[in-house]
Amino acid sequence: MARIRRLAVGALALTAGGARRLADRLPRRDGTDPRPGRWQKVTVAAEPERVLPAGRWPEPLRRLDGAVEVWARPAPGGRGTELAIRPLGGECTLPGFAAHLVGDDPGRYLRHVLRQTKQLLETGEVLRADRSPLERPGPVR
Amino acid sequence: MRALCWAGADAVEVRRVPDPELRNAQDMIVRVRRSITCGADLPLLDGRVPEASAGEVLGREFLGEVVEVGTEVRRHRVADRVVVGSSVACGACWFCRQGLLACCDNGTSGVTAEPEWGQPSAGGFGRPARLGGFAGGHAEFVRVPYADVGAFAVPESVSDDRAVFAADAAPAGWYGAELGEVAPGDVVAVWGAGAVGQLTAGAAVARGADRVIVVDDRDDRLSMVARHAGVEALNHRYVDVLAELRERSGGRGPDVCVDASGVPAEPNRWPLTEADGGAALREAVHACRKGGVVVVLDARPGVVDRFPLGALADKGLAVRAARRRGATAIPELLARMARDELVTEHLATHRMPLERGADGYALFRDRADGCVRVVFTP
Repeated sequence: MARIRRLAVGALALTAGGARRLADRLPRRDGTDPRPGRWQKVTVAAEPERVLPAGRWPEPLRRLDGAVEVWARPAPGGRGTELAIRPLGGECTLPGFAAHLVGDDPGRYLRHVLRQTKQLLETGEVLRADRSPLERPGPVR
Repeated sequence: MRALCWAGADAVEVRRVPDPELRNAQDMIVRVRRSITCGADLPLLDGRVPEASAGEVLGREFLGEVVEVGTEVRRHRVADRVVVGSSVACGACWFCRQGLLACCDNGTSGVTAEPEWGQPSAGGFGRPARLGGFAGGHAEFVRVPYADVGAFAVPESVSDDRAVFAADAAPAGWYGAELGEVAPGDVVAVWGAGAVGQLTAGAAVARGADRVIVVDDRDDRLSMVARHAGVEALNHRYVDVLAELRERSGGRGPDVCVDASGVPAEPNRWPLTEADGGAALREAVHACRKGGVVVVLDARPGVVDRFPLGALADKGLAVRAARRRGATAIPELLARMARDELVTEHLATHRMPLERGADGYALFRDRADGCVRVVFTP
């Protein structure tokens, strides 16, 4: 069944239009994904009921409501939940500020949001980077 | 506060930087008492890590005293003396639950560069922020994320100079023997007589190996490991290593071969390909007995060409690798230090104030004056 589902997802990606097929053949710039509409996935070490309680999207994924589609299923081997997102309809249609943020590789931005979602669900917090000296004006000791 | 910062290729300097602050509820702040040089810093120091930014604080291995804890920190209190593992790991993801803390999914922060091999491993101190790293411990203070997972109270009887090696070098050495599944009666060969190589040799002895042979090109280091770990030493400048190892293992070849040779002392230019790198690994694969285990304890970035894949397949070798151990073994190693079963002070060949950080790293990089590791005191 899982194999059929994977095949179905693959088929969807393959029928998404001639423009994308052409784009696939173009030389790829480093760091960009030739299939910007592909599913991005993480495995979260938590049960599906915790990941999508009553079907509600977890933070910070909720910010992308209306711009992405989401699915989840139990991960094999008791590893938790596979959580997947992609731009709505498999096309890169992120609106406004989100479009500005994702640049030419929306997959990168979606992976970042997924990673934060996973961190929050697994550890209870999104690990924050050190603040750079430029972010912290004022005298140093 | 004062901190030893990366200032560009071949340049480190002590600068004044803002004190660290609690950024997450599971963080704590540690006042550093000791920190040591680490071979994994060398690629960054000589400009082989393009993600590095000038001003980033160095220092992967350190020990200190807790001065502030976040609201979710349970295992530590202010004034505890702690050693901190060099990996930043959450303790909650699937990998951490399997004991693979160095593979943690949640140990890096921010919008980080994604490695070509797909998934970032655990975060680390003294690593560039663009790789998800955190300010290091060559400083007066350091922020420790996931403090309950990565920091460990040091037994009162263990000195700072000994315990600081429990941050990374001793776990790496212990892990080398563990990954090799060294067992009583084994012949073990270790390439590299730096701190990690010496501690790997000691760990192999502790696990009951029959013979342990360390290979290096530095007589001073080989004398040190022979004296302190009671193992045999081979200088590859003077002897045919493969012939010697065959002879010392009854013609079979060592059961376990560990490449702990680390980062080459000579700078290699970016990009990543090191056409002349990997000599120790090649020799380890050629030396290892059929069906044996080759362990790669390496800190080098990038690609090593001319890997002997044919020998690997023909002899049916298992290859296991680790860049950082993670903190799993630290409590056991601290207990062994408290019982004097694990002694590390001799590896601290040089002790300096933090202000002399640039001198210390120059000594360490050049392996000059018998330098194995430099211990800094802020």
